[in-house]
Amino acid sequence: MINFEMAVFYLFAAILVFAAVRVITARNPVHSALFLVLSFFTAAGIWMLLRAEFLAIALVLVYVGAVMVLFLFVVMMLDINLDRLKEGFWSYLPLGATIAFLVVVEMVLVLGGRYFGLQALPAPADPGANYSNTRELGLLLYTDYVYPFELAAVVLLVAIIAAIALTMRKRKDTKYQNPSQQVAVKRGDRVRMVSMPSDKGG
Amino acid sequence: MNFPMPNLLPAYAEIFLLTMTCIVLVVDLFLDDQRRYVTYVLSLLTLAGCAFFTIGIGSIPGPTYTFNNMFVSDLMANVLKLASYIAVAVNMVYSRSYMADRGMLRGEYFSLSLFAMLGMMVMISSNHFLTLYMGLELMSLCLYAMVALNRDSATSTEAAMKYFVLGALASGLLLYGMSMIYGATGSLEMRNIAKILEVGSTNRVVLVFGLVFVVAGVAFKLGVVPFHMWIPDVYQGAPSAVTLFIASAPKLAAFAMAMRLLVNGLIPLAIDWQQMLTLLAVLSMALGNLAAIAQSNIKRMLAYSTISHMGFLLLGMATGVVDGNWLSAAEAYSASMFYAIVYTLTTLAAFGSVLLLSRAGFEAENIEDYKGLNRRSPWFAFIVLVTMFSLAGIPPTVGFYAKLSVLQSAVSAGQVWLAVVAVLFSLIGAFYYLRIVKLMYFDDPVDTAPLAVRLDMSVLLSANGVAILLLGIMPQQLMELCFVAIKSL
Repeated sequence: MINFEMAVFYLFAAILVFAAVRVITARNPVHSALFLVLSFFTAAGIWMLLRAEFLAIALVLVYVGAVMVLFLFVVMMLDINLDRLKEGFWSYLPLGATIAFLVVVEMVLVLGGRYFGLQALPAPADPGANYSNTRELGLLLYTDYVYPFELAAVVLLVAIIAAIALTMRKRKDTKYQNPSQQVAVKRGDRVRMVSMPSDKGG
Repeated sequence: MNFPMPNLLPAYAEIFLLTMTCIVLVVDLFLDDQRRYVTYVLSLLTLAGCAFFTIGIGSIPGPTYTFNNMFVSDLMANVLKLASYIAVAVNMVYSRSYMADRGMLRGEYFSLSLFAMLGMMVMISSNHFLTLYMGLELMSLCLYAMVALNRDSATSTEAAMKYFVLGALASGLLLYGMSMIYGATGSLEMRNIAKILEVGSTNRVVLVFGLVFVVAGVAFKLGVVPFHMWIPDVYQGAPSAVTLFIASAPKLAAFAMAMRLLVNGLIPLAIDWQQMLTLLAVLSMALGNLAAIAQSNIKRMLAYSTISHMGFLLLGMATGVVDGNWLSAAEAYSASMFYAIVYTLTTLAAFGSVLLLSRAGFEAENIEDYKGLNRRSPWFAFIVLVTMFSLAGIPPTVGFYAKLSVLQSAVSAGQVWLAVVAVLFSLIGAFYYLRIVKLMYFDDPVDTAPLAVRLDMSVLLSANGVAILLLGIMPQQLMELCFVAIKSL
């Protein structure tokens, strides 16, 4: 029997798989990025079905809203030569496809319904209407998980330092203005008075 | 709601290090290149302060847990942390003039080193998959950036890129394995996982599936075959001072990570992971030692030598549990721990000698650069001799005892063939270490420029060499310390 919830799930799942496949098959990198946005969006929908509303909203806000926009900018600015990227695709395909097939078979054997089905891991009980995911997460994050939370902050700080250390540089040929010098300049610094001997004779 | 304040005492060293690193970061902004020594001295003082706190915490008996059991402070953690402080401090001293000559002695070098140290401490003290992973990422992120510090060098950038991409892949493997184990046991806390596994009602297929990925992640961080591809390129491409950093303290952290994950968390699965580790160990010893012979670049040679040493280290871990009982496990694991510490000490001296031979405008990279070192400086030639003897495992250096104790554990576990294989490959390995000695003592120098070495580095490098020799004459204290540390787990 398919109830409404399942129908929504299969709809989202189908869109997600389609979008994910298009991310790697689209010819135009901008289209790929846009399909990635679509797949994030449908993944957020599936999370919503799982009652993880905070994660769903965070995924849309952070990934769709911030990360992907930045990504689109980068893709548009770079001049990507697709033909060069696709070079060697056919020669690597047999090996790559074999390995991918083996990995998929192994994963299906282990991750199939036998070990992770509803019998093995029953769905959690309905927590009721007033249950707030965001509140629960916040409570955990700032109490039990405060140590990894702080560590995440340190990792971000390191990322900032590393990015600045690797990209900020003083170029020798950079031209810049120094306003205080410009204001304090005197006539003598700019104009040189040259006394020429006057032409005698006339 | 009520929330008990976590006990901050066991984490004082980490808190102190984080605070001081932020101070170093800000203070450095106000310094120009002439006064960079302030950053240098502050960084060294920070490490000394951490050592003070760690020794203080070490006097608390037994393992202490805090932060909701995510953080553990036990004797193994404290010993490994102390060894890492020494390694990072020695690295700073050795690399100072090398980095200054190349315009890389900026504040970021010191702050990234200290942040990497923090990441290592988090890894060493982790009792939770999440904190282990956070520590690992913190350390790795600093290392990626440090490899790329020489921004205008194409080889450095390529090495950093390679390291970053492969490192991200390995982190992905590790996380995937952790998620499988979480799926099977329902817990992320290592002690708890071990308890659940003891009961034995969990699903073995899923567990072993996850275990494979976890072992792959650990193997990548240790750099053992077949997850070693990044090591030679990164060691060669990175600035020599950064290579020294990557080769020393992070190996202690990687050892701690293996201990926490496999021994603290997954010891009931020992029969499975011991087979994997045995395979990794044999392959690493074979490939590392054979490939090192063909190298003419000293940094690449030491990289392959690292691979073989990490294989040796895994040998100790792979022979702990015999027929399902772990009575003699502490001996095997403490042999590995002793090996890790000895390896770090020796590597510091080996890469220290590379830095010693380099100067402004000249990179000592080829083994030819060691030619005739005895005529240029008999004392430093002697230090390099001791170092190479220790790497090869020749008595009376400490490397001999490190190899001996690992071999003993293999033999007492009944794996005589493993010990024979290890000895055979060590013999092959001795060839390329002794080649350096031959070049130093019996060949004429190619490069006759006098060695310009700062006083602090020359004192420390001498002390380093003497320590290798002294520990080789009396290794008992350190061995016993390792044994007690592993026993306390």
